[in-house]
Amino acid sequence: MREILSGNEAIARGAFEAGCRVACAYPGTPSTEILENITRYPEIDASWAPNEKVALEVSIGASFGGGRALCTMKHVGVNVAADPLFTLSYTGVNGGLVLVVADDPEMHSSQNEQDSRNYARFAKVPLLEPSDSQECKEFTRLAFEISEQYDTPVMLRSCTRVSHGKSIVELGERVTNLPQPMLTKNPAKLVMLPGNARVRHPLVEERMVRLAENGSTMAINRAELRDTSIGIITSGVSYQYVREVMPEASTLKLGMVHPLPHAMIREFAARVDRLYVVEELDPFIEDQVRAMGIAVTGKEIISLCGELTPGRLRTAFGLPQPIGLAPVKMPGRPPNMCPGCPHRGVFFALNQLKAYVTGDIGCYTLGFMPPLSAMDTCVCMGASIGMATGVTKVVSAEEKKKVVAVIGDSTFLHTGINGLMDMVYNNSPATVIILDNRITAMTGRQDNPASGFTLMNNSSHTIDFPMLCTALGVKHIRVINPLDLEETKRVIAEEMQRPETSVIITDKPCVLIKREDIFQKGPLYAVDVDICTGCRACLKIGCPAIEWRPAGDGSRKGRAFIDPQLCTGCDVCRQLCTFDAIGSTP
Amino acid sequence: MSRQITNILLVGVGGQGILLASEILSEAAMLAGFDVKKSEIHGMSQRGGSVVSHVRYGTEVFSPIVPEGEGDILFGFELMETCRSLPLIKPGGTVVANDLQISPPSVLMGQETYPADLVFRIQDHFPDFLLVDGQKVARDAGNVRAANTVLLGAVSRRLDIAEEFWMKALEKMVPAKAVDVNKKVFKVGRGL
Ligand SMILES: Cc1ncc(C[n+]2csc(CCOP(=O)(O)OP(=O)(O)O)c2C)c(N)n1
Repeated sequence: MREILSGNEAIARGAFEAGCRVACAYPGTPSTEILENITRYPEIDASWAPNEKVALEVSIGASFGGGRALCTMKHVGVNVAADPLFTLSYTGVNGGLVLVVADDPEMHSSQNEQDSRNYARFAKVPLLEPSDSQECKEFTRLAFEISEQYDTPVMLRSCTRVSHGKSIVELGERVTNLPQPMLTKNPAKLVMLPGNARVRHPLVEERMVRLAENGSTMAINRAELRDTSIGIITSGVSYQYVREVMPEASTLKLGMVHPLPHAMIREFAARVDRLYVVEELDPFIEDQVRAMGIAVTGKEIISLCGELTPGRLRTAFGLPQPIGLAPVKMPGRPPNMCPGCPHRGVFFALNQLKAYVTGDIGCYTLGFMPPLSAMDTCVCMGASIGMATGVTKVVSAEEKKKVVAVIGDSTFLHTGINGLMDMVYNNSPATVIILDNRITAMTGRQDNPASGFTLMNNSSHTIDFPMLCTALGVKHIRVINPLDLEETKRVIAEEMQRPETSVIITDKPCVLIKREDIFQKGPLYAVDVDICTGCRACLKIGCPAIEWRPAGDGSRKGRAFIDPQLCTGCDVCRQLCTFDAIGSTP
Repeated sequence: MSRQITNILLVGVGGQGILLASEILSEAAMLAGFDVKKSEIHGMSQRGGSVVSHVRYGTEVFSPIVPEGEGDILFGFELMETCRSLPLIKPGGTVVANDLQISPPSVLMGQETYPADLVFRIQDHFPDFLLVDGQKVARDAGNVRAANTVLLGAVSRRLDIAEEFWMKALEKMVPAKAVDVNKKVFKVGRGL
């Protein structure tokens, strides 16, 4: 059967066909839909972990127990999971273990564009790179086989264009002849104390040599000889751009990018007049080819930054470019918090209080944008809290009071708890605001340990944030309604003044939660045009449901208007109107 | 070696249903026997940002994104987004656009104005331009929520995919209770 699948759907399908038993992940664009799609296959135990490190550790356990296990994450997730990964390389596996990493060249939805291939080399694990959905499925299956055959975790590297691209896939059946998982003890292999690890390390090095040798005969690495005046080594989605733009050029398409098949590369290089490497981001293949003593061109013509496109590749090779219309300047359309978003009022208050906000990653990072303009830093998930502590260590006593860390519920549980523990332990005066909207909203509303449900939609324990903070030793904990602007501003101001660690928890759900009884729309609001003076106070919260309509006489005058299709009845704009021009409609 | 590829760009604002439309289009192309690839960016764009979806079909498709300046058809769900993507279309390409304006934040807040001359700008450069009031046609045909299907119908007439495949794709991709009305509305669009 043939179906159009996204790369992520195809990876999920590949895991199913490979007889995978356990899949675990923390969401992150562009990897999230892999686990969401795995829920279609009841044969696989699928779950969200609170962070990538735990997700990988759950997968390692499943593998040691003898089952095939899949773990997925976005590129920066590997930074969090790196600790277990590097030693898993030494222990090897029992059931096959595949770590899918989805990179995001161009940073469509990420804070950096690190190239995950470097992790494969650093951790000494093989890495496969599919270039379309069919390969996503096949390479996932193959990755499980290589994992067991060579006793190693295998990385499968995707990118935004492969994960979120769709193409036709031929479906297959699930393998059924895998051994039944059971407890087997093998401490010499699985207990990585120095004595054991010293025995394992040489095996890792031998394994990588064997893989490099065998790579030259693997079907997923293939030389396609056409016109031999130009030869291009490439992999992943870059291969598609090369075929698109230079269909006559010879290509060496690498399905396994680490370790590189040296013999095959030498042979290909010898058959072409001029050798190029076309790869996004780092000169990962190029540097190694050059180190083999082979002359090659790569990053001299292709940028280290951003993703490739057919047009950019044409420019790199000096090929003629079709001439489209020149772009004209128009108002931009940046993403925005939704109408009724419970984050909005908090940032409005922080802006008014002139706080120094160490921020974090989630929908609330949009609090950085005007008109809210109330976020001063954003580095990585969980960083807000530790950074708040650090800032207060160096600034004046008066400025210490300005420092507030803002973090979402999912992010707090991901890597924020340790930061808060440190705050209490080392007596930081900063204030922490946990924006508990009961969901991981940014990545498309995934459940987490504080949402009360699992990935499989089963109800589960819900973390009690005040109790958790109390257990960590926080003495000042306030729970507020962020849709009440007066309360929000007053409580934040009070806690900012306090010279001890304090935590404020907001208590309103994301407006996009579909589950019954969690988010409910309020009455619609409207502007009474006879009362509205056109003062623009209600525009200061940047709600997409509120529109400024100019009077049309060329003056700066006008009136506010609320779009009834978009209004959720959150009531925040009414609180801003000093003329009582905004009210709920029956 | 000539690869006959049709390049379509679907553009608009997050939340407008662009992904479903591009999915129906891809499905119809596959059913008609073509190789198909499609690509778009999820994530941030869901929060009301610009969305561009690329669909390519033909004998054998390599790149999942339409090479810059090689778009055959621009399928616009919103006027300003349609204009923003004109540079991706080849000279003499086709534009089918919904006659709808959605104000971005800077316009909502009164800092910028929504450009006034967009329809003329498209017309000046692309003689093969169809402007459709998708909402109105859909309402007249029975369901205002099927505006995208009207436009899809209008686009379909400009593609070499037979009507039966469109009907099958609609049956597969649209929720069961909305299939009939969508088929009806699609046919109205196909007549435009
Ligand atoms: C290490 C890492 N993993 C995953 C992500 C992707 N990511 C960005 S924000 C976010 C979660 C946001 O959820 P929450 O903190 O609850 O805030 P909300 O979006 O709900 O406001 C995720 C998973 C990331 N940036 N870094």
